[in-house]
Amino acid sequence: MNLSRSIRQTARGGALPVAAVLVGLLILAVGLESAGYSAADGLGALWRGSFGSWYAISSATLPRAVPLLFIGAGLTLAFRAGAFNIGAEGQFYAGAMAATWIGIHAGGWPAPLALIAVGAGAMLAGAAWCVIPTMLRVRFGVLEVISTLLLNFVATALVSLMVTGPLQESRRVYPQSDPIAASARLPLLAGTRLHLGLPFAVVICVALWLLYTRTVWGFRLRALGTGPRAAMIAGRVPAGRYLAIALLGSAALAGLAGGVEISGVSYALFQNLSPGYGFTAIAAALLARLNPIGLLATSLLFAALEAGAGAMQRDAGIPSVAVSVVEAVILIVVVVADRWRGRGPGGQSQ
Amino acid sequence: MAGQGARGAEPMTDFISLSSGFAEASVRVATPLALAALGEALAERSGVINLGIEGSMLSGALAAALAAGAWGPEWGLLTGALAGMALAAVFAAVAIGARANQIIAGTAVSLLAAGLTGAVYRRAFGSAGAALSIPTLPALSIPGLDRIPVVGEALFGQALPTYLVYLSAAVIWFILSRTRWGLGLSAAGESPEAARAHGIPVRRVRAIAVIAGGALAGLGGGTLVLAQVGTFAEQMTAGRGFIAIAIVVLGGWQPWRVALAALLFGAAAALQFLFQALGTAVPYQFFLMMPYLLALGALAGRVGRVRAPAALGVDL
Amino acid sequence: MTALLELAAISRRFGAVQALHDAAFVLQPGQLHALLGENGAGKSTLMRIVNGMIRPERGSFLVNGQPVAPASPRQARALGIGMVHQHFSAVPAFTVGQNIALAAGWSPAPNGLARRLRALMSRVGIELDPAQRSASLTVAQRQALEILMALAGEARVLLLDEPTAVLAAADADQVLTVVREFTRQGGGAVLITHKLEEALRYADQITVLRRGKVTLHGPAAELTAATLAHAMLGDAPPAAASRSPATPGPIVARCSNLTVSAEAGGTGLRGVTLELRSGEIVGVAAIEDNGERELLRTLGGVLSPVSGSCEVLTSRTLIPEDRTTEALIPSFSLTENRLLAARAGSKSVWINWDRERLATGALIAANGVVAAGADATAEDLSGGNQQRFVIARQLESTPGLIVAENPSRGLDFKATLDVFEQLRTAAGAGAAVIFHSVDLDEVLANADRVVVLYQGQLVVPTEGADRDEIGRLLLAGSAGPSA
Repeated sequence: MNLSRSIRQTARGGALPVAAVLVGLLILAVGLESAGYSAADGLGALWRGSFGSWYAISSATLPRAVPLLFIGAGLTLAFRAGAFNIGAEGQFYAGAMAATWIGIHAGGWPAPLALIAVGAGAMLAGAAWCVIPTMLRVRFGVLEVISTLLLNFVATALVSLMVTGPLQESRRVYPQSDPIAASARLPLLAGTRLHLGLPFAVVICVALWLLYTRTVWGFRLRALGTGPRAAMIAGRVPAGRYLAIALLGSAALAGLAGGVEISGVSYALFQNLSPGYGFTAIAAALLARLNPIGLLATSLLFAALEAGAGAMQRDAGIPSVAVSVVEAVILIVVVVADRWRGRGPGGQSQ
Repeated sequence: MAGQGARGAEPMTDFISLSSGFAEASVRVATPLALAALGEALAERSGVINLGIEGSMLSGALAAALAAGAWGPEWGLLTGALAGMALAAVFAAVAIGARANQIIAGTAVSLLAAGLTGAVYRRAFGSAGAALSIPTLPALSIPGLDRIPVVGEALFGQALPTYLVYLSAAVIWFILSRTRWGLGLSAAGESPEAARAHGIPVRRVRAIAVIAGGALAGLGGGTLVLAQVGTFAEQMTAGRGFIAIAIVVLGGWQPWRVALAALLFGAAAALQFLFQALGTAVPYQFFLMMPYLLALGALAGRVGRVRAPAALGVDL
Repeated sequence: MTALLELAAISRRFGAVQALHDAAFVLQPGQLHALLGENGAGKSTLMRIVNGMIRPERGSFLVNGQPVAPASPRQARALGIGMVHQHFSAVPAFTVGQNIALAAGWSPAPNGLARRLRALMSRVGIELDPAQRSASLTVAQRQALEILMALAGEARVLLLDEPTAVLAAADADQVLTVVREFTRQGGGAVLITHKLEEALRYADQITVLRRGKVTLHGPAAELTAATLAHAMLGDAPPAAASRSPATPGPIVARCSNLTVSAEAGGTGLRGVTLELRSGEIVGVAAIEDNGERELLRTLGGVLSPVSGSCEVLTSRTLIPEDRTTEALIPSFSLTENRLLAARAGSKSVWINWDRERLATGALIAANGVVAAGADATAEDLSGGNQQRFVIARQLESTPGLIVAENPSRGLDFKATLDVFEQLRTAAGAGAAVIFHSVDLDEVLANADRVVVLYQGQLVVPTEGADRDEIGRLLLAGSAGPSA
């Protein structure tokens, strides 16, 4: 694929997401007006809270983009293979729990070692959280949609158990863990809350992009998701192995997102650590048409919406949950438009 | 009920009151799940997997809470059903009308409901979410039947929605196995091409099944508010719509078995009260996890034994 | 006497294709009317218009003398028109009774249904167990079910779209006897077929379509196979491609005592022993689901044996039957579709897209595939060009063993000739070719050597066995008089 061609394709691919976002914001504005709020105030606050200042960008929007990038990158892997992992939220928490446990015990370790242990532990835990759905799908063809989804609720209950039990802070007062050791914390960009997770996430996205566009493996993965029988019979793609790698890989990246959130942002585990990153990342990955480079833009967009939502609630008194309506509208616009162009994301669901 | 058990003097009475309390709680907890699962079963038999059922339940819950406050609990239930239908109609427009991927459309609709209900709720009751006092549905005992030992009170001493479960299971069973329309609906779920060749308007049938299913899910959400919790809270359905999907699998897509499978889930949740009454020191989170793990077990255990509709999730 | 159906000057276009052009067709009561034509001649389009599935753009259409063209299959049924589709229209998961109720618009409530089913079966003369699942019926029983479904209700017109294409001769006979009985009682039947013999033997009246136009019609008694073939094909019927018998080279594949479990709907293989030699074309004759799929897929490396062995001593390639789901990914470009097969099992890591695109363009050009270019998607190609592309792609690496499943499926006459030409060229260059076709005549015309599969077991016809003898092997597994 030569360069000008891929630029042209990316530009053409960008028109729809922009339109989808505009529709979403328009509906938000109409909704705000009809609910008696000032749409101008609301959208203004949304902007100030997301891109309005260096502080908003570096400490609100970008840190929120990091988990979306990790999870979304993983989802492009699963969705391309035709596997609907919608359990990223649970895998995120599994990774966060493992990272917390390792981070608390990493007191005397050198920082690089502690960070690697935290990251590896989080990835393993995330993948482990997806082992049963993967086995059910690969061995018996049970839809992973339901099984991955159900494990989200198990994970949230388990976090609640952990922060009131084994991982509860030493004084046993608050439902949260002790802070992790300093050696297990990701370095911050001076004066901001932006941590080293961001460049790392970008590297993963670029690597996945190369995998998808330049390698036989990535091509065969997409073939499996788009035309599973042809991929298996004409292409001799070992479907079970590819599916397992895609599902477990996506879960590992979701787990890593949880680990990075602990190690770079919260430094401790508590309930509601994720404001629904696992679901927002689905929208981000689909809006990016499963392209990891496009994901850089869409993650930023959704992170901005989340960051701006807080400002909207503070400054304009508008419930922050209203932005999930925008996310839903964007998702619907993209999926409908894709269908009309005759190419569904991720191929068949079964 | 749990309290009675703890107070009882004689072991035998203790056991009976404890088990009838357990049975009663099981049915009560199972009712909203059963309604949503029956709605989902109807949609799935027509070939549509609707993950938006969670959104239908949640909006049904909020609509029921608002309407019950204004006009009384019965109207609340009806409004809940209408709200569930409205969300299902959005799903049907996207997944059937525009033929978008059903999984993504369902996820989007559930997200939409989460945002909408949150915004409306906070708009209506302030960001703190003042505790709502909502008139709830009274228990309607069926004289005679409610005297059956242990299960009488549980099955025939409940509020209106439990009887609606019996009614909808019977009606869905009748439609699917005794009517031309139901046969066409099953054909749409098994083999849409064949159904169309025989003149079944597949997409219309699917849309009707999905929207009717949404009404049942909305009813389920309303039941949660009006006959179980007594108030509305953000995200209060907590994935019950997704559990309903697992219940459909466990029930093998057959209406009566789906209702029974829901009861099993109700029992798992009610165990929580029972164990507390028995003074076990098991953390409550285990009971929170149990229905989800049970659903996962149902999925795994059903492997190879039950056939889903052949065209489930397949667009025409 | 009022005609049951009277269509005049019917035209219908699909995109760039004029499917029907001023076609006329009349069906009288008591008549069995054969509609002949190649694939794509417009037979199915005409019948789908009669059945209300599509509407004509121009023309007049009378049913029982009334201008009431049906707008849906349901309306057609209300007008007494029933159709047996080319592909089975029964729902596999449904019982026989449920399927008939679905087709007839009857209530599935057991009591009333049982009574109506009994009446229907005795009227038509076909007996099936109403409670049996359709998926477990044999092919012949499934076809019988289709006829019951079409005749349920009070159908006076029966449309049959190639009902015997997948049937053994004896079963086909039985089906057509039932149809004859139906016309004797005053109904009218339209038999769509491309088998000249069948039309001449069973029909009263024959209409031939070619490229959307009626080229011939008249009473069957006054027509001959030669005039029909001329009307169908335009010029003299092509002689079966003749080629000198191959001089087989060394053995390239050897199956011994091969047992394979059944694919969905199939019968599996039991104790099959077979050798394939370089340069020969082996035709596998079998009635559908007698193990042909399992044999070819095992040789093609997709299935594994339960016991016995299947050694392939050379590189091999499989041309799967289903072009759009198993051979090609419709939404992928030709470059991507070529790459899919070209890198099957390869250990290479990187893709150079520019090089792949050039190679695909060269492949298309060299094999006369009509396509907009290497970037065209597979779904934009006609069926014939898709198959030409698939075969070209599979032969690109000059495999030593070529396994082709029903390679002419859905192709017209010309495209079928092309397909076998491609295979013959490969065999001439030293490959061993093994293929199966549902059409026995196609197997006989194109194979150097024919083997028969009957209920999963391999039967080798005697040297110089004729068509009838092989036909008996297909049906009974032995060459004796069929039971």
